Amino acid sequence: MRLTTPLGEALKTFRRAPLLSGLSVATIGFSLFTIGLFGLVALNFRQTLRTLAERVEVVAFVLRGTPTETITAASQDIQAFPEVLEVQYVSEEQALSRAREELVEFKEAYRDLETNPLPASLEIRLKEGFRDAGSAQGVAERIRGFAFIDDVRYGRDWVQRLDRLRTMAAVVGLVIGLAFAIVAMVIIGVTIRMTVLQRAHEIAIMRLVGATNRYIRGPFLLEGGIKGVLGGLLAVLMCWITFAVFRSTAGELGGSLVFFHAAHLGLIVLFGLGIGLLGSLLSVGRHLRHV
Amino acid sequence: MIRFSGVSKTYPNGVQGLRDVSFHIPKGQFVFLTGHSGAGKSSILSLIIAEQQPTFGEVRVSGYQCGKLSANEVPRLRRKLGIVFQDFRLLEYRTIEENVAFALEVTGAPRQAIPSRVIRVLTRVGLASKAKAYPKELSGGEQQRVAIARALVNDPPILIADEPTGNLDERATRGIFQLLQQINGGGTVVVMATHNLALVRDTGYRVIELKGGEVVFDSGQDTPAAGPA
Repeated sequence: MRLTTPLGEALKTFRRAPLLSGLSVATIGFSLFTIGLFGLVALNFRQTLRTLAERVEVVAFVLRGTPTETITAASQDIQAFPEVLEVQYVSEEQALSRAREELVEFKEAYRDLETNPLPASLEIRLKEGFRDAGSAQGVAERIRGFAFIDDVRYGRDWVQRLDRLRTMAAVVGLVIGLAFAIVAMVIIGVTIRMTVLQRAHEIAIMRLVGATNRYIRGPFLLEGGIKGVLGGLLAVLMCWITFAVFRSTAGELGGSLVFFHAAHLGLIVLFGLGIGLLGSLLSVGRHLRHV
Repeated sequence: MIRFSGVSKTYPNGVQGLRDVSFHIPKGQFVFLTGHSGAGKSSILSLIIAEQQPTFGEVRVSGYQCGKLSANEVPRLRRKLGIVFQDFRLLEYRTIEENVAFALEVTGAPRQAIPSRVIRVLTRVGLASKAKAYPKELSGGEQQRVAIARALVNDPPILIADEPTGNLDERATRGIFQLLQQINGGGTVVVMATHNLALVRDTGYRVIELKGGEVVFDSGQDTPAAGPA
Protein backbone atom coordinates (compact mmCIF):
# COMPACT_ATOMS: atom_id res chain seq x y z
CA MET A 1 0.00 0.00 0.00
CA ARG A 2 1.40 3.38 -0.99
CA LEU A 3 1.05 5.90 1.78
CA THR A 4 1.29 9.56 0.96
CA THR A 5 3.83 12.20 1.94
CA PRO A 6 3.44 15.95 1.34
CA LEU A 7 6.25 15.87 -1.25
CA GLY A 8 4.80 12.76 -2.90
CA GLU A 9 1.40 14.44 -3.07
CA ALA A 10 2.91 17.60 -4.54
CA LEU A 11 4.77 15.62 -7.21
CA LYS A 12 1.72 13.50 -8.01
CA THR A 13 -0.12 16.64 -9.11
CA PHE A 14 2.25 16.94 -12.04
CA ARG A 15 1.36 13.42 -13.13
CA ARG A 16 -2.35 13.77 -12.54
CA ALA A 17 -2.81 17.11 -14.23
CA PRO A 18 0.19 17.51 -16.54
CA LEU A 19 -1.47 20.13 -18.74
CA LEU A 20 -2.53 22.42 -15.90
CA SER A 21 0.79 21.94 -14.13
CA GLY A 22 2.67 22.67 -17.35
CA LEU A 23 0.55 25.75 -17.91
CA SER A 24 1.25 26.97 -14.38
CA VAL A 25 4.99 26.53 -14.83
CA ALA A 26 4.85 28.21 -18.26
CA THR A 27 2.82 31.12 -16.87
CA ILE A 28 5.26 31.66 -14.04
CA GLY A 29 8.13 31.20 -16.50
CA PHE A 30 6.82 33.73 -19.03
CA SER A 31 5.88 36.23 -16.33
CA LEU A 32 9.35 36.05 -14.83
CA PHE A 33 10.84 36.12 -18.34
CA THR A 34 9.12 39.47 -18.94
CA ILE A 35 10.60 40.79 -15.73
CA GLY A 36 13.94 39.24 -16.65
CA LEU A 37 13.95 40.87 -20.08
CA PHE A 38 13.15 44.20 -18.53
CA GLY A 39 15.93 43.57 -16.04
CA LEU A 40 18.36 42.83 -18.88
CA VAL A 41 17.46 46.08 -20.65
CA ALA A 42 17.79 47.99 -17.38
CA LEU A 43 21.11 46.30 -16.62
CA ASN A 44 22.57 47.18 -20.01
CA PHE A 45 21.22 50.70 -19.84
CA ARG A 46 22.80 51.16 -16.42
CA GLN A 47 26.04 49.72 -17.74
CA THR A 48 25.99 52.24 -20.61
CA LEU A 49 25.34 55.09 -18.18
CA ARG A 50 28.20 53.88 -16.01
CA THR A 51 30.54 53.86 -19.02
CA LEU A 52 29.41 57.38 -19.85
CA ALA A 53 29.88 58.48 -16.27
CA GLU A 54 33.49 57.28 -16.34
CA ARG A 55 34.12 60.25 -18.60
CA VAL A 56 33.10 62.70 -15.89
CA GLU A 57 36.36 64.49 -15.20
CA VAL A 58 37.45 67.72 -13.54
CA VAL A 59 40.26 69.49 -15.40
CA ALA A 60 42.24 72.17 -13.54
CA PHE A 61 44.46 74.38 -15.69
CA VAL A 62 47.73 75.40 -14.04
CA LEU A 63 49.19 78.94 -14.28
CA ARG A 64 52.34 79.13 -16.34
CA GLY A 65 55.56 79.03 -14.39
CA THR A 66 54.20 77.10 -11.43
CA PRO A 67 57.03 75.01 -9.95
CA THR A 68 56.65 71.26 -10.42
CA GLU A 69 57.09 70.64 -6.67
CA THR A 70 54.06 72.84 -5.91
CA ILE A 71 51.97 70.92 -8.44
CA THR A 72 53.12 67.54 -7.10
CA ALA A 73 52.28 68.53 -3.53
CA ALA A 74 48.86 69.84 -4.59
CA SER A 75 48.23 66.66 -6.60
CA GLN A 76 48.77 64.63 -3.45
CA ASP A 77 46.35 66.88 -1.54
CA ILE A 78 43.71 66.50 -4.26
CA GLN A 79 44.27 62.76 -4.42
CA ALA A 80 43.29 62.65 -0.74
CA PHE A 81 39.80 64.12 -1.47
CA PRO A 82 37.22 61.41 -0.74
CA GLU A 83 35.63 61.87 -4.19
CA VAL A 84 38.85 61.57 -6.14
CA LEU A 85 39.92 58.36 -7.82
CA GLU A 86 43.00 59.56 -9.69
CA VAL A 87 44.92 62.76 -10.41
CA GLN A 88 47.02 62.96 -13.53
CA TYR A 89 49.38 65.82 -14.29
CA VAL A 90 49.53 66.77 -17.96
CA SER A 91 52.47 69.05 -18.73
CA GLU A 92 52.36 71.76 -21.41
CA GLU A 93 54.37 69.53 -23.77
CA GLN A 94 52.14 66.53 -23.18
CA ALA A 95 49.08 68.71 -23.82
CA LEU A 96 50.55 69.84 -27.14
CA SER A 97 51.50 66.40 -28.35
CA ARG A 98 48.10 65.08 -27.33
CA ALA A 99 46.42 67.92 -29.24
CA ARG A 100 48.47 67.09 -32.30
CA GLU A 101 47.39 63.48 -32.10
CA GLU A 102 43.76 64.04 -31.34
CA LEU A 103 42.94 67.15 -33.34
CA VAL A 104 44.16 66.00 -36.74
CA GLU A 105 42.50 68.85 -38.61
CA PHE A 106 44.61 71.40 -36.68
CA LYS A 107 47.79 69.33 -37.09
CA GLU A 108 49.38 71.94 -39.42
CA ALA A 109 48.53 74.80 -37.11
CA TYR A 110 50.06 73.07 -34.09
CA ARG A 111 53.20 72.08 -36.05
CA ASP A 112 54.07 75.66 -37.03
CA LEU A 113 53.78 77.08 -33.52
CA GLU A 114 56.78 78.86 -32.09
CA THR A 115 55.52 78.88 -28.54
CA ASN A 116 53.21 76.35 -26.87
CA PRO A 117 49.82 78.01 -26.21
CA LEU A 118 48.45 75.11 -24.19
CA PRO A 119 48.62 75.24 -20.38
CA ALA A 120 49.60 72.37 -18.11
CA SER A 121 46.69 70.77 -16.27
CA LEU A 122 45.61 68.33 -13.61
CA GLU A 123 43.06 65.80 -14.84
CA ILE A 124 41.02 64.51 -11.94
CA ARG A 125 38.87 61.39 -12.28
CA LEU A 126 36.16 60.80 -9.72
CA LYS A 127 35.28 57.63 -7.87
CA GLU A 128 32.09 55.76 -8.77
CA GLY A 129 29.21 57.20 -6.84
CA PHE A 130 30.69 60.74 -7.10
CA ARG A 131 30.37 61.10 -10.86
CA ASP A 132 27.51 63.56 -10.65
CA ALA A 133 27.15 67.30 -11.06
CA GLY A 134 27.09 68.06 -7.32
CA SER A 135 30.28 66.16 -6.51
CA ALA A 136 32.09 67.45 -9.59
CA GLN A 137 31.18 71.00 -8.67
CA GLY A 138 32.30 70.49 -5.06
CA VAL A 139 35.68 69.18 -6.16
CA ALA A 140 36.00 72.01 -8.72
CA GLU A 141 35.28 74.63 -6.04
CA ARG A 142 37.92 73.25 -3.71
CA ILE A 143 40.54 73.06 -6.47
CA ARG A 144 39.83 76.67 -7.39
CA GLY A 145 41.14 77.52 -3.91
CA PHE A 146 44.70 76.61 -4.95
CA ALA A 147 46.55 79.79 -5.91
CA PHE A 148 48.30 78.31 -8.93
CA ILE A 149 45.08 77.17 -10.57
CA ASP A 150 43.99 79.38 -13.47
CA ASP A 151 40.67 77.77 -14.34
CA VAL A 152 38.64 74.62 -13.62
CA ARG A 153 36.30 72.89 -16.08
CA TYR A 154 34.10 69.82 -15.69
CA GLY A 155 31.54 70.05 -18.49
CA ARG A 156 28.75 71.18 -16.18
CA ASP A 157 25.88 70.98 -18.68
CA TRP A 158 26.89 67.54 -19.83
CA VAL A 159 27.20 66.16 -16.32
CA GLN A 160 23.85 67.67 -15.35
CA ARG A 161 22.21 66.03 -18.37
CA LEU A 162 23.76 62.72 -17.37
CA ASP A 163 22.35 63.20 -13.86
CA ARG A 164 18.86 63.83 -15.24
CA LEU A 165 19.09 60.77 -17.46
CA ARG A 166 20.17 58.65 -14.52
CA THR A 167 17.29 59.84 -12.32
CA MET A 168 14.79 59.35 -15.13
CA ALA A 169 16.10 55.84 -15.83
CA ALA A 170 15.85 54.93 -12.15
CA VAL A 171 12.27 56.22 -11.80
CA VAL A 172 11.05 54.70 -15.08
CA GLY A 173 12.85 51.45 -14.24
CA LEU A 174 11.29 51.27 -10.81
CA VAL A 175 7.77 52.03 -12.04
CA ILE A 176 7.86 49.67 -15.03
CA GLY A 177 9.66 46.98 -13.02
CA LEU A 178 7.05 47.20 -10.26
CA ALA A 179 4.21 47.14 -12.78
CA PHE A 180 5.68 44.03 -14.44
CA ALA A 181 6.16 42.38 -11.07
CA ILE A 182 2.57 43.12 -10.00
CA VAL A 183 1.14 41.86 -13.31
CA ALA A 184 3.27 38.72 -12.99
CA MET A 185 2.08 38.15 -9.44
CA VAL A 186 -1.58 38.56 -10.42
CA ILE A 187 -1.23 36.14 -13.36
CA ILE A 188 0.64 33.62 -11.26
CA GLY A 189 -1.89 34.00 -8.42
CA VAL A 190 -4.77 33.27 -10.81
CA THR A 191 -2.96 30.21 -12.19
CA ILE A 192 -2.33 28.80 -8.73
CA ARG A 193 -5.93 29.52 -7.76
CA MET A 194 -7.00 27.40 -10.74
CA THR A 195 -5.01 24.43 -9.42
CA VAL A 196 -6.56 24.89 -5.98
CA LEU A 197 -10.07 24.99 -7.46
CA GLN A 198 -9.27 21.93 -9.55
CA ARG A 199 -8.59 20.09 -6.29
CA ALA A 200 -11.49 21.59 -4.32
CA HIS A 201 -13.15 18.16 -4.18
CA GLU A 202 -10.06 16.64 -2.61
CA ILE A 203 -9.73 19.50 -0.13
CA ALA A 204 -13.38 19.04 0.89
CA ILE A 205 -12.77 15.32 1.53
CA MET A 206 -9.62 16.08 3.51
CA ARG A 207 -11.57 18.43 5.75
CA LEU A 208 -14.36 15.92 6.11
CA VAL A 209 -12.06 13.24 7.47
CA GLY A 210 -10.50 15.64 9.94
CA ALA A 211 -7.39 17.00 8.22
CA THR A 212 -6.07 20.19 9.77
CA ASN A 213 -5.63 23.26 7.58
CA ARG A 214 -1.88 22.92 8.08
CA TYR A 215 -1.94 19.37 6.72
CA ILE A 216 -3.98 20.48 3.69
CA ARG A 217 -1.69 23.41 2.97
CA GLY A 218 1.52 21.33 3.01
CA PRO A 219 1.35 19.69 -0.43
CA PHE A 220 -0.02 22.88 -2.02
CA LEU A 221 2.86 24.93 -0.69
CA LEU A 222 5.37 22.39 -1.95
CA GLU A 223 3.62 22.22 -5.30
CA GLY A 224 3.60 26.03 -5.57
CA GLY A 225 7.27 26.17 -4.58
CA ILE A 226 8.28 23.53 -7.14
CA LYS A 227 6.28 25.26 -9.87
CA GLY A 228 7.84 28.59 -8.90
CA VAL A 229 11.39 27.21 -9.09
CA LEU A 230 10.69 25.47 -12.42
CA GLY A 231 9.12 28.67 -13.74
CA GLY A 232 12.16 30.63 -12.55
CA LEU A 233 14.55 28.22 -14.28
CA LEU A 234 12.46 28.42 -17.46
CA ALA A 235 12.61 32.24 -17.29
CA VAL A 236 16.42 32.14 -16.86
CA LEU A 237 16.72 29.81 -19.86
CA MET A 238 14.49 32.02 -22.02
CA CYS A 239 16.41 35.15 -20.98
CA TRP A 240 19.69 33.49 -21.89
CA ILE A 241 18.42 32.29 -25.29
CA THR A 242 16.98 35.73 -26.08
CA PHE A 243 20.22 37.39 -25.00
CA ALA A 244 22.35 35.00 -27.06
CA VAL A 245 20.19 35.47 -30.17
CA PHE A 246 20.15 39.26 -29.77
CA ARG A 247 23.90 39.45 -29.21
CA SER A 248 24.70 37.35 -32.25
CA THR A 249 22.46 39.47 -34.49
CA ALA A 250 23.32 42.88 -33.06
CA GLY A 251 26.76 43.01 -34.68
CA GLU A 252 29.25 45.38 -33.05
CA LEU A 253 26.76 46.50 -30.40
CA GLY A 254 26.34 42.89 -29.30
CA GLY A 255 29.87 42.72 -27.95
CA SER A 256 29.25 45.42 -25.38
CA LEU A 257 26.08 43.82 -24.02
CA VAL A 258 26.17 42.26 -20.57
CA PHE A 259 24.14 39.34 -19.17
CA PHE A 260 23.00 38.74 -15.59
CA HIS A 261 25.48 37.67 -12.92
CA ALA A 262 24.89 34.33 -11.20
CA ALA A 263 23.43 36.25 -8.24
CA HIS A 264 20.83 37.89 -10.50
CA LEU A 265 19.88 34.50 -11.95
CA GLY A 266 19.58 33.08 -8.47
CA LEU A 267 17.35 36.01 -7.59
CA ILE A 268 14.98 35.24 -10.51
CA VAL A 269 14.66 31.60 -9.40
CA LEU A 270 14.25 32.71 -5.78
CA PHE A 271 11.58 35.18 -6.86
CA GLY A 272 9.81 32.30 -8.64
CA LEU A 273 10.01 30.21 -5.48
CA GLY A 274 8.70 33.06 -3.34
CA ILE A 275 5.87 33.86 -5.70
CA GLY A 276 4.93 30.16 -5.96
CA LEU A 277 4.86 29.75 -2.18
CA LEU A 278 3.04 33.01 -1.52
CA GLY A 279 0.51 32.42 -4.32
CA SER A 280 -0.26 28.94 -2.98
CA LEU A 281 -0.48 30.11 0.61
CA LEU A 282 -2.92 32.89 -0.29
CA SER A 283 -5.01 30.75 -2.66
CA VAL A 284 -5.34 27.77 -0.32
CA GLY A 285 -5.87 30.04 2.69
CA ARG A 286 -8.64 31.87 0.87
CA HIS A 287 -10.20 28.62 -0.24
CA LEU A 288 -10.05 27.12 3.26
CA ARG A 289 -11.73 30.17 4.71
CA HIS A 290 -14.63 29.83 2.30
CA VAL A 291 -15.38 26.10 2.46
CA MET B 1 -23.57 12.08 22.46
CA ILE B 2 -25.54 14.60 20.38
CA ARG B 3 -27.73 17.30 21.87
CA PHE B 4 -29.65 20.04 20.05
CA SER B 5 -31.14 22.68 22.37
CA GLY B 6 -33.49 25.24 20.81
CA VAL B 7 -31.51 25.32 17.57
CA SER B 8 -32.49 27.63 14.72
CA LYS B 9 -30.55 28.12 11.54
CA THR B 10 -31.10 30.96 9.10
CA TYR B 11 -28.87 30.99 6.02
CA PRO B 12 -27.33 34.21 4.64
CA ASN B 13 -29.91 34.23 1.80
CA GLY B 14 -32.70 34.42 4.41
CA VAL B 15 -33.85 30.81 4.11
CA GLN B 16 -34.78 29.35 7.49
CA GLY B 17 -33.23 25.87 7.62
CA LEU B 18 -34.22 24.97 11.17
CA ARG B 19 -36.66 26.41 13.75
CA ASP B 20 -36.25 25.76 17.45
CA VAL B 21 -35.08 22.16 17.11
CA SER B 22 -34.32 20.19 20.28
CA PHE B 23 -33.43 16.53 20.72
CA HIS B 24 -30.89 14.33 22.43
CA ILE B 25 -29.28 11.24 20.92
CA PRO B 26 -27.65 9.07 23.58
CA LYS B 27 -24.79 6.62 23.18
CA GLY B 28 -25.45 3.58 20.99
CA GLN B 29 -28.66 4.82 19.35
CA PHE B 30 -29.65 4.41 15.68
CA VAL B 31 -31.68 7.41 14.54
CA PHE B 32 -33.42 8.10 11.26
CA LEU B 33 -33.86 11.71 10.22
CA THR B 34 -36.74 11.79 7.78
CA GLY B 35 -38.64 14.42 5.84
CA HIS B 36 -38.98 15.81 2.34
CA SER B 37 -36.20 17.63 0.55
CA GLY B 38 -35.62 20.95 2.26
CA ALA B 39 -37.23 19.76 5.51
CA GLY B 40 -33.97 20.39 7.41
CA LYS B 41 -32.27 16.97 7.49
CA SER B 42 -29.06 18.19 5.86
CA SER B 43 -29.07 21.33 8.02
CA ILE B 44 -29.02 19.14 11.13
CA LEU B 45 -26.18 17.02 9.77
CA SER B 46 -24.13 20.04 8.70
CA LEU B 47 -24.52 21.47 12.21
CA ILE B 48 -23.38 18.17 13.74
CA ILE B 49 -20.23 18.07 11.60
CA ALA B 50 -19.61 21.79 12.27
CA GLU B 51 -19.91 22.71 8.61
CA GLN B 52 -22.40 25.37 9.70
CA GLN B 53 -23.01 27.21 12.96
CA PRO B 54 -26.45 27.58 14.55
CA THR B 55 -28.02 31.03 14.40
CA PHE B 56 -29.64 30.41 17.79
CA GLY B 57 -29.41 27.61 20.30
CA GLU B 58 -26.71 25.12 21.14
CA VAL B 59 -25.38 22.00 19.39
CA ARG B 60 -23.22 19.66 21.46
CA VAL B 61 -21.50 16.65 19.91
CA SER B 62 -19.15 14.36 21.85
CA GLY B 63 -18.52 17.10 24.37
CA TYR B 64 -17.80 19.78 21.73
CA GLN B 65 -20.00 22.85 21.47
CA CYS B 66 -20.24 22.95 17.68
CA GLY B 67 -21.23 26.60 17.31
CA LYS B 68 -18.15 27.85 19.13
CA LEU B 69 -15.35 25.73 17.73
CA SER B 70 -12.07 27.35 16.75
CA ALA B 71 -10.51 26.48 13.38
CA ASN B 72 -8.20 24.03 15.16
CA GLU B 73 -11.00 22.25 16.99
CA VAL B 74 -13.13 21.47 13.92
CA PRO B 75 -10.71 18.75 12.66
CA ARG B 76 -10.59 17.27 16.18
CA LEU B 77 -14.39 16.99 16.27
CA ARG B 78 -14.49 15.45 12.79
CA ARG B 79 -12.03 12.74 13.82
CA LYS B 80 -14.69 11.61 16.29
CA LEU B 81 -17.26 11.40 13.50
CA GLY B 82 -17.55 9.10 10.55
CA ILE B 83 -19.29 10.88 7.69
CA VAL B 84 -20.94 9.25 4.69
CA PHE B 85 -22.64 11.08 1.81
CA GLN B 86 -25.05 10.12 -0.94
CA ASP B 87 -22.42 10.86 -3.60
CA PHE B 88 -19.71 8.75 -1.85
CA ARG B 89 -17.02 11.47 -2.19
CA LEU B 90 -14.15 9.14 -3.00
CA LEU B 91 -10.89 10.19 -4.61
CA GLU B 92 -10.98 8.70 -8.08
CA TYR B 93 -7.25 8.48 -8.66
CA ARG B 94 -6.64 6.52 -5.46
CA THR B 95 -7.28 2.83 -4.99
CA ILE B 96 -9.87 1.68 -2.49
CA GLU B 97 -7.27 0.96 0.18
CA GLU B 98 -5.60 4.31 -0.46
CA ASN B 99 -8.93 6.09 -0.10
CA VAL B 100 -9.45 4.46 3.28
CA ALA B 101 -5.82 4.90 4.37
CA PHE B 102 -6.10 8.60 3.49
CA ALA B 103 -8.50 9.14 6.41
CA LEU B 104 -5.90 7.70 8.77
CA GLU B 105 -2.97 9.57 7.21
CA VAL B 106 -4.55 13.00 7.57
CA THR B 107 -5.14 12.39 11.27
CA GLY B 108 -1.49 11.52 11.81
CA ALA B 109 -2.02 7.84 12.69
CA PRO B 110 1.23 5.80 13.04
CA ARG B 111 2.17 4.84 9.49
CA GLN B 112 3.14 1.26 10.27
CA ALA B 113 -0.31 0.60 11.74
CA ILE B 114 -2.22 1.95 8.73
CA PRO B 115 -2.16 -1.09 6.33
CA SER B 116 -3.49 -3.56 8.90
CA ARG B 117 -6.24 -1.18 10.05
CA VAL B 118 -7.27 -0.55 6.43
CA ILE B 119 -7.49 -4.24 5.61
CA ARG B 120 -9.45 -4.91 8.80
CA VAL B 121 -12.07 -2.28 7.99
CA LEU B 122 -12.29 -3.32 4.33
CA THR B 123 -12.90 -6.89 5.51
CA ARG B 124 -15.63 -5.60 7.79
CA VAL B 125 -17.47 -3.96 4.87
CA GLY B 126 -16.85 -7.00 2.64
CA LEU B 127 -14.42 -5.38 0.19
CA ALA B 128 -11.01 -6.79 1.17
CA SER B 129 -10.73 -8.50 -2.23
CA LYS B 130 -11.13 -5.18 -4.05
CA ALA B 131 -8.53 -3.24 -2.08
CA LYS B 132 -6.43 -2.54 -5.19
CA ALA B 133 -9.36 -1.49 -7.39
CA TYR B 134 -10.22 2.12 -8.23
CA PRO B 135 -13.63 3.61 -7.31
CA LYS B 136 -14.76 3.68 -10.96
CA GLU B 137 -14.32 -0.09 -11.15
CA LEU B 138 -16.89 -0.64 -8.36
CA SER B 139 -20.69 -0.56 -8.30
CA GLY B 140 -22.56 2.22 -6.46
CA GLY B 141 -23.22 -0.04 -3.48
CA GLU B 142 -19.57 -1.03 -3.29
CA GLN B 143 -18.45 2.59 -3.52
CA GLN B 144 -20.74 3.44 -0.62
CA ARG B 145 -19.20 0.57 1.36
CA VAL B 146 -15.77 2.11 0.71
CA ALA B 147 -17.09 5.45 1.98
CA ILE B 148 -18.40 3.69 5.08
CA ALA B 149 -15.05 1.92 5.55
CA ARG B 150 -13.31 5.28 5.34
CA ALA B 151 -15.76 6.70 7.88
CA LEU B 152 -15.16 3.79 10.25
CA VAL B 153 -11.41 3.42 10.01
CA ASN B 154 -10.80 5.93 12.82
CA ASP B 155 -13.23 4.04 15.10
CA PRO B 156 -15.53 7.02 15.57
CA PRO B 157 -18.22 6.87 18.25
CA ILE B 158 -20.70 8.53 15.86
CA LEU B 159 -21.48 7.78 12.21
CA ILE B 160 -23.33 10.42 10.23
CA ALA B 161 -24.91 9.24 6.98
CA ASP B 162 -26.61 11.73 4.66
CA GLU B 163 -28.92 9.81 2.29
CA PRO B 164 -26.36 6.99 2.00
CA THR B 165 -28.73 4.87 -0.09
CA GLY B 166 -30.08 7.71 -2.22
CA ASN B 167 -28.14 6.63 -5.33
CA LEU B 168 -28.51 2.88 -4.84
CA ASP B 169 -30.91 0.20 -6.06
CA GLU B 170 -33.09 -1.78 -3.70
CA ARG B 171 -30.64 -4.62 -3.15
CA ALA B 172 -27.65 -2.36 -2.54
CA THR B 173 -29.80 -0.23 -0.23
CA ARG B 174 -30.60 -3.28 1.91
CA GLY B 175 -26.92 -4.23 1.99
CA ILE B 176 -25.82 -0.79 3.14
CA PHE B 177 -28.57 -0.64 5.73
CA GLN B 178 -27.56 -4.02 7.14
CA LEU B 179 -23.98 -2.82 7.34
CA LEU B 180 -25.07 0.29 9.25
CA GLN B 181 -27.08 -1.91 11.61
CA GLN B 182 -24.01 -4.05 12.28
CA ILE B 183 -21.96 -0.92 12.97
CA ASN B 184 -24.62 0.31 15.38
CA GLY B 185 -24.60 -3.15 17.00
CA GLY B 186 -20.99 -2.47 17.97
CA GLY B 187 -22.07 0.58 19.98
CA THR B 188 -21.59 3.31 17.39
CA VAL B 189 -24.26 6.00 17.23
CA VAL B 190 -25.68 6.08 13.69
CA VAL B 191 -27.60 9.13 12.47
CA MET B 192 -29.01 8.48 9.03
CA ALA B 193 -30.92 11.03 6.99
CA THR B 194 -33.22 9.42 4.46
CA HIS B 195 -36.50 9.94 2.65
CA ASN B 196 -36.83 6.21 2.00
CA LEU B 197 -39.77 5.49 4.28
CA ALA B 198 -39.86 1.83 3.27
CA LEU B 199 -36.47 1.46 4.87
CA VAL B 200 -37.51 3.22 8.06
CA ARG B 201 -40.74 1.31 8.51
CA ASP B 202 -40.74 -1.63 10.95
CA THR B 203 -37.11 -1.26 11.96
CA GLY B 204 -37.99 -0.12 15.46
CA TYR B 205 -35.26 2.50 15.39
CA ARG B 206 -35.89 6.03 16.54
CA VAL B 207 -37.32 8.33 13.87
CA ILE B 208 -37.08 12.12 13.94
CA GLU B 209 -39.29 13.60 11.25
CA LEU B 210 -38.76 17.13 10.05
CA LYS B 211 -41.01 19.49 8.13
CA GLY B 212 -40.23 23.09 7.22
CA GLY B 213 -37.23 23.06 9.55
CA GLU B 214 -39.21 21.87 12.60
CA VAL B 215 -39.34 18.52 14.35
CA VAL B 216 -42.90 17.30 13.76
CA PHE B 217 -42.42 13.78 15.11
CA ASP B 218 -39.88 12.09 17.35
CA SER B 219 -40.51 8.44 18.15
CA GLY B 220 -37.96 8.27 20.89
CA GLN B 221 -37.82 11.61 22.66
CA ASP B 222 -35.88 11.30 25.88
CA THR B 223 -35.72 7.53 25.54
CA PRO B 224 -32.48 5.72 26.34
CA ALA B 225 -30.41 3.93 23.71
CA ALA B 226 -32.66 1.65 21.77
CA GLY B 227 -31.88 -1.21 19.44
CA PRO B 228 -34.32 -2.83 17.03
CA ALA B 229 -37.60 -3.88 18.56
